[in-house]
Amino acid sequence: MHDLVAITPLGGDKPRVDRVGPVTLSERPDWALASVASRLGREQDCRDGLKAALGQGVPDVGRLAAGDPLSAFWTGPEQWMVEAPHASHEDLAARLKAALGDAASVTEQTDGWCRFDMEGDGVVAVLERLCNVDVAAQDSGAATRASIEHLGCFLVCRAARRSLSVIGPRSSAGSLHHALLTAMRSAL
Amino acid sequence: MTQVNRLPGGQIDRGRGVNFTFDGTAYQGHPGDTLASALLANGVRLMGRSFKYHRPRGVLTAGSEEPNALVELRSGAWQEPNTRATTAELFDGLCANSQNRWPSLKFDAMAINDRFSNFLTAGFYYKTFMWPAAFWEKLYEPVIRKAAGLGSVSFQPDPDSYDKGFLHCDLLIVGAGPAGLSAALTAGRAGARVILADEDFTPGGRLNAESLVVGDQAGSDWAAASVAELADLPNVRLMTRTTVIGAFDHGIYGAVERVSDHLPTPATGKPRQVLWRITSRRALLCAGAIERPIAFENNDRPGIMLAGAMRAYANRWAVTPAQKVAVFTNTDDGHRTAVDLLAKGVRVAAVIDPRENAPRIADCELLAGAQVIDTKGRLGLTFVEVRMVSGEKRTIECGALGVSGGWNPNVSLTCHQRGRPAWREDIAAFVPGAEGPAGLTVAGAAAGDFSTAAALSAGAKQAAAALRDIGITARALPQPEAEDAPVTVSPFWHVGEGKGRAWLDQQNDVTVKDVKLAHQENFRSVEHLKRYTTLGMATDQGKTSNMGGLAIMAELAGQTIPQTGTTIFRPPYTPVSLGVLAGRSRGKDFRPVRKTPSHKWAEEQGAVFVEVGMWLRAQWFPKPGETEWRQSVDREVLATRKSVGVCDVTTLGKIDVQGRDAATFLNRIYCNGFAKLAVGRTRYGLMLREDGIAMDDGTAGRLAEDHFVVTTTTANAVSVYRHMEFARQCLWPDLDVQLISTTEAWAQYAVAGPNARKLLQKVVDPEFDISNEAFPFMACGEITVCGGLRARLFRISFSGELAYEIAVPTRYGDAMIRRLMEAGQEFGAVPYGTEALGVMRIEKGHAAGNELNGTTTALNLGMGRMVSKAKDSIGSKLSEREGLNEPDALALVGFQPVDPADRVLAGAHLMTMGTEVNAANDQGYITSACYSPNLGSSIGIGFLKNGADRKGEVVRAVSPLTGLNVDLKVVSAHFVDPEGDRLRA
Repeated sequence: MHDLVAITPLGGDKPRVDRVGPVTLSERPDWALASVASRLGREQDCRDGLKAALGQGVPDVGRLAAGDPLSAFWTGPEQWMVEAPHASHEDLAARLKAALGDAASVTEQTDGWCRFDMEGDGVVAVLERLCNVDVAAQDSGAATRASIEHLGCFLVCRAARRSLSVIGPRSSAGSLHHALLTAMRSAL
Repeated sequence: MTQVNRLPGGQIDRGRGVNFTFDGTAYQGHPGDTLASALLANGVRLMGRSFKYHRPRGVLTAGSEEPNALVELRSGAWQEPNTRATTAELFDGLCANSQNRWPSLKFDAMAINDRFSNFLTAGFYYKTFMWPAAFWEKLYEPVIRKAAGLGSVSFQPDPDSYDKGFLHCDLLIVGAGPAGLSAALTAGRAGARVILADEDFTPGGRLNAESLVVGDQAGSDWAAASVAELADLPNVRLMTRTTVIGAFDHGIYGAVERVSDHLPTPATGKPRQVLWRITSRRALLCAGAIERPIAFENNDRPGIMLAGAMRAYANRWAVTPAQKVAVFTNTDDGHRTAVDLLAKGVRVAAVIDPRENAPRIADCELLAGAQVIDTKGRLGLTFVEVRMVSGEKRTIECGALGVSGGWNPNVSLTCHQRGRPAWREDIAAFVPGAEGPAGLTVAGAAAGDFSTAAALSAGAKQAAAALRDIGITARALPQPEAEDAPVTVSPFWHVGEGKGRAWLDQQNDVTVKDVKLAHQENFRSVEHLKRYTTLGMATDQGKTSNMGGLAIMAELAGQTIPQTGTTIFRPPYTPVSLGVLAGRSRGKDFRPVRKTPSHKWAEEQGAVFVEVGMWLRAQWFPKPGETEWRQSVDREVLATRKSVGVCDVTTLGKIDVQGRDAATFLNRIYCNGFAKLAVGRTRYGLMLREDGIAMDDGTAGRLAEDHFVVTTTTANAVSVYRHMEFARQCLWPDLDVQLISTTEAWAQYAVAGPNARKLLQKVVDPEFDISNEAFPFMACGEITVCGGLRARLFRISFSGELAYEIAVPTRYGDAMIRRLMEAGQEFGAVPYGTEALGVMRIEKGHAAGNELNGTTTALNLGMGRMVSKAKDSIGSKLSEREGLNEPDALALVGFQPVDPADRVLAGAHLMTMGTEVNAANDQGYITSACYSPNLGSSIGIGFLKNGADRKGEVVRAVSPLTGLNVDLKVVSAHFVDPEGDRLRA
């Protein structure tokens, strides 16, 4: 076991949590990410393998397949991002590669991103000030790409109008967090 | 002062007083007042001075179309010029000042301009200030700017914050008057997602301004009840204080919500305003109509206002502009002003109607067939002169005159995509044309349906129709009974009598005479008329004046009004503060920053940061005692070359390339060969653009047969990724290759210097042999560090030293830099920043962004032979073009000053000794230069014609702009370790 201590995307020892009114914003470094893209001509094999790993069908366009411990959301044609708890799945990419073999290209994405979860009544009002996604109309399990604070982010709806994740580029975690928190203070 | 002109009734909260000041005088109003209504209540009619002639002016309107009553609101950094008193909500402590006057509003010395009005006619700037030409910029323009103008700015940063946001709906309804409210009720009850936006703070539109009845209740009560019902519908969003400013493509509308303008200061964390982008499936314009004045001599005195505005002040705000008023109108509608004012106990001297058959509607004197021909009163109206139908003149005493020449449907939004309005003869007005924005329909007065009953019914019907269009069933329910008077208007634009000035555009001081002059001087197209006279310009955009101007032009030209046409309406509908257009993106929040994994640690070291793209990179790390940046940089360079240095290179783009055809793909992307690169090896690669010019360079390491990691320069990380995606998806979709960025996923550090290996051996787990034999120059591999953490190691060198780049998952980047520095203590390891990085790469002669500048080829860079002829790759064919392969082509070489005390400067151009300094003799230019602590002198690299064969020659580096003229010796670009022994050690 190595002895290097991780810091969060915001540079802290512990994930940051902010509350404004009914909404809680939480930094979530406890999730591992890996991208899965099917190899040309191996689409069905990749889908089958991913289905087995997820324990359910692969998510359709713009959707999240929520599961335990693995979830996945669609990111492009024959491409998905797989999520799993970091504590148990830090080696998520290696495990997926082992499962999918040469049917897919798998890339570790865990630290390419920072994830902020926003929960509580009022998330719609906050997101209205951040991105051009009709969050009010999203049902649970909607997943899309959106520009927030000039940054390309994933927006994953965990529970309609109550809980969602903003997954953005890690190097700009500070700017993204600032934008999210400012919008919360403004809208709530 | 007491509120002498306050009437009974109205929609104000009389239980509370609101204190405010105007030009330093304290007044009191009530919640619900606007600044204009409160001033009128206090007997203040004079509110401003006109733009050009500094004429005394008061309110003309009761809404956002106001041309006259422009004031400066608030003070200090919050001061905002050109705010309409008619829309400014009163709040406790409001401080307002008149503008464009000196020394005071009542005595304005600049009013002297009015005496010279014969000289200051339309086009006078163009005629008068032609000569001498040099005077324009230095003298005329500054003087004119000072004399003519609107408000002043504070020159301080805006202390408020602004938001931007995005909304979505099935139906956007613009305007919450009778049509808008009935549309919203219809759509809201049907369950559609509705946004109802209104610029006012109290929805209801004219229902609040009139004394009309809807069903069995007052119109304003019906509006309030409707609003209450809408507020209970979760699918309806009622947005007051929200102006829809523009209609854009695909059902998108811009709207500005004034969140805090009615408060002394915004609440903590709250914005002053929000700019909303509303994506609507359908939109319904219920923006009502704007009343039009009639032009007559001296029709601009304070107290002369639109008849509908006078009713609005009386009915909604319980205010009369004077205790005795008169009305001048050519419509039945205008007579209602007299009726309403009489009902409130105000004396109405007469209703003057140019129609000889004018009906008697109000219980006061009716002067049918009469016209107002002149007025009196220096700072406010005292008398009107009337030409009776009999021909005799009569003077009528009154302190205010309500004027109405009919109503113009508010078509602005329907024209934002160049749709032209259509003329309707029966109402003598333009209505929305057929070619409005897709998905936008119009109801109520905005469509020319002026009666309340017609507006209620059309709102409901149009809402149902719009929803039907998108598959939502809504029933247009029967509407309550309401006034349904027919429109009776015979066009009457101006009173012909009198030689004095009759004002059309009160904001720009444009008179009937100015239009005549424009016609006489052949500026007859409406667009020319506008530019020549300034009619319809500035903050009100001619909402009350355009129609009159073009009607008069039509008369003069002997054309109909539709033949004369209208100018284009453009967004924004009303003035928008620049702050809200910027939103939160200002100052340090202008754009996001990117921080490297070692940022926190570097801050602790006191690093000086530089912005590179959006990245903040450590530029150098000053030590105590170092007072100048070069001391730090020289130390970092020398220590690295002597022992070992560490630099955060995370910012370099990293692209994960996988797939069966990954090698084939890279072989086509890079101009040099990649197909045969062995697993566990890295290669330097050069990408060309399609046109053969060098695009970017970097390395690609092969981690497996089907897996590469490509690095790019920091600056081009995004563009190279995009280029590769384009090639993958569009050029070669048949290749099995997948790309994804991993730039941020890995914290990557360059460890460079003779002791780099020794240092790394202390952190790399012992099962990985990184000796020179096992892990030679250009090796790469997946390893573990510090007891099992997955990592990647690349033996590549930018500095020219024995060097590695080690990558760990980003979350461990902070711990890794700390560990490396701790482990490096015994070697005197230093962190180095981008400046030292730059010095070492120049010393080594490595090209970077300055050399890959979009004009240079592989040949220029000394890498001509890298472009493989054995395969095809992007740009390889066009790099063979004759013009790119001249024998004397620019070649990258090094330069050292002949006199060591001289400096090499980047950007300097090179001349052969003895030749004249001119562009024809240009021999090339310096691209990068620095002080080399290893050589003890300034050095540079750059492009010199036929440079490879000119080593040893002395050339002149010149910069005619700065006077630079230095003799430089041409040398190899590789100043340090030209044979590369160090990096292979």
